[in-house]
Amino acid sequence: MNTSAFYMFLGIVFVTLIITYYASKKTKNASEFYTAGGGLTGWQNGLAIAGDYMSAASFLGIAGAVALTGFDGFFYSIGFLVAYLVVLYLVAEPLRNLGKYTFADMIASRFDAKKVRGFAAMNTVTISIFYMIAQLVGAGALIKLLLGLDYTTSVLIVGVLMTVYVIFGGMHATSWVQIIKAVLLMGGTFLISIIVFAKFNWSITDMFAQMKTATPLKESFLNPGVKYKIGLDTISLNMGLVLGTAGLPHILVRFFTVKDAKTARSSVVYATWVIGIFYVMTIFLGFGAAAFVGNSAIVTANPAGNMAAPLLAKAIGGNMLFAFISAVAFATILAVVAGLVLTAASAFAHDFYNEILHKGKATEKQQVSMARWAAIGVSVISIILALGAQSLNVAFLVSLAFAVAASANLPVIIYTIYWKRFNTTGAVWAMVVGLISAIGLVVIGPSVISPEAGKAIFVGNPIFPYTTPGILSIPLGFLAGYLGTLFSSQKADVKKYEEVLVKSNTGIGMANNR
Amino acid sequence: MEARKTKVSSESDYSSIVQSPSFQALLSEKKKFIIPVTIFFFCFYFALPILTSYSTVLNHKFIGSITWAWVFAFMQFVMTWGLCMLYSKKAAKFDELANQVIQEGGNS
Repeated sequence: MNTSAFYMFLGIVFVTLIITYYASKKTKNASEFYTAGGGLTGWQNGLAIAGDYMSAASFLGIAGAVALTGFDGFFYSIGFLVAYLVVLYLVAEPLRNLGKYTFADMIASRFDAKKVRGFAAMNTVTISIFYMIAQLVGAGALIKLLLGLDYTTSVLIVGVLMTVYVIFGGMHATSWVQIIKAVLLMGGTFLISIIVFAKFNWSITDMFAQMKTATPLKESFLNPGVKYKIGLDTISLNMGLVLGTAGLPHILVRFFTVKDAKTARSSVVYATWVIGIFYVMTIFLGFGAAAFVGNSAIVTANPAGNMAAPLLAKAIGGNMLFAFISAVAFATILAVVAGLVLTAASAFAHDFYNEILHKGKATEKQQVSMARWAAIGVSVISIILALGAQSLNVAFLVSLAFAVAASANLPVIIYTIYWKRFNTTGAVWAMVVGLISAIGLVVIGPSVISPEAGKAIFVGNPIFPYTTPGILSIPLGFLAGYLGTLFSSQKADVKKYEEVLVKSNTGIGMANNR
Repeated sequence: MEARKTKVSSESDYSSIVQSPSFQALLSEKKKFIIPVTIFFFCFYFALPILTSYSTVLNHKFIGSITWAWVFAFMQFVMTWGLCMLYSKKAAKFDELANQVIQEGGNS
């Protein structure tokens, strides 16, 4: 066991529990629980978005992917960032103006039908749980490696912590854990990048020149095509990345934690700067790990490369830096899973319990207590699934969550805001077809069926040739929404659309959540 | 925020706001900006995987060992930050137009 790592882990647990304690005093009603009363400022929410977004997949996954596959690993960094333009230009402000607590609120602001809200809530819970399994599997592997605890214990520790943050501290605790994590992650990554840059003689051209001989890939390390050799597979991946963020429920709920659309906008701008700077630094993490840790040592620690960043810290900064970076990775995971639990619990308690079962008339007390129970339920389900998913690839689960979000949520969001004729049938079709096609294509794709034994769950030839479903499932989601609208005998409710149009563009009649 | 509390309640009010010249001006200003920029950033973004998948032009050297693929990749970051700042600037103007709509809506 690494003693300094152990103490730093304890330090993080201690600080986050103190935050939770203070946050619990503020969390008196449903609005405080779901959205911190909508009282966050632009920079606070910007950092919280960054903290919510830069998950284990970003920090551990991309560093490893760049170290092992060079340029192809960097596709993730680019897609994850450019995605924020879709959020900023098309989604953030209308979402804030139309919704109150959840993504389903926004869809329901136009279609006041239980089934629409129900499907939206179901998508939220499904996507959040997929995403959470990935984070828990990553956390389990990390703690196992660092502290020598077994996988089950490691997942349980993270699982209990995330539940405690959410049930006692709600959105207040979740936001502040995310803000602190974002600062720690940026600081840690910056420190590593500076040391790596110094080792490359402070020269970008030197760095690239050295990379040509530093890895077994030689010159091709710097060229695209190491991992993604099929053109449409690459494009499918990129579609999922750039369109997924605007449909990820745990990112969308962050826009309800600020008072108005203007603040939502400024928080995206802050987040985009922070996230962009972080993703530029993933080049230093990846190159540094490839050059100073070495390909074989990275692969030995974890075949997918997930330990590249902590190993790099050890190679260039010794045990203390290793312990610090590992603790940062731990904080990274905690902040993301807390956001996911909160999002899924809100969808259950607000959308299913309050709006559908109680027709929006449950008392504040009932709502908060239901949200707490839902948080426990969501955590237990995710922990159980994560315990069974130990051998699944983390990046695969995250890219699945992105593709499902882009296919099942984005079409209905875009149509709700921008298409006059869109109706209830179209909304249901878009969500159901998007969800089923995204998951279905993964199930019949190479991540689940592979000709090589041991690489996937089943042996055989995949029916769908691409690793991510986006290229087919995203257009299918949009097409289903379109056809569902046309085939339905329902007439377009122009009055309702005019209301949505006015609200989304001006903020008039915005759900006041104070 | 207080000023934005529901002054508009009935459906006919929303219709009249939609018809109003100030609201139409807001919509057309937004469309003129958001649609072309959105098309642009999607094209710019997908140009990278399309070029890397179907050609090798980006494998040519830019400076030293740095190839155009990395330069184009970095340009994606510059584009994102740039368009972010541009949006903030433009949105300030949309806010003014929206405020006008809100005031007219409140008075009518």
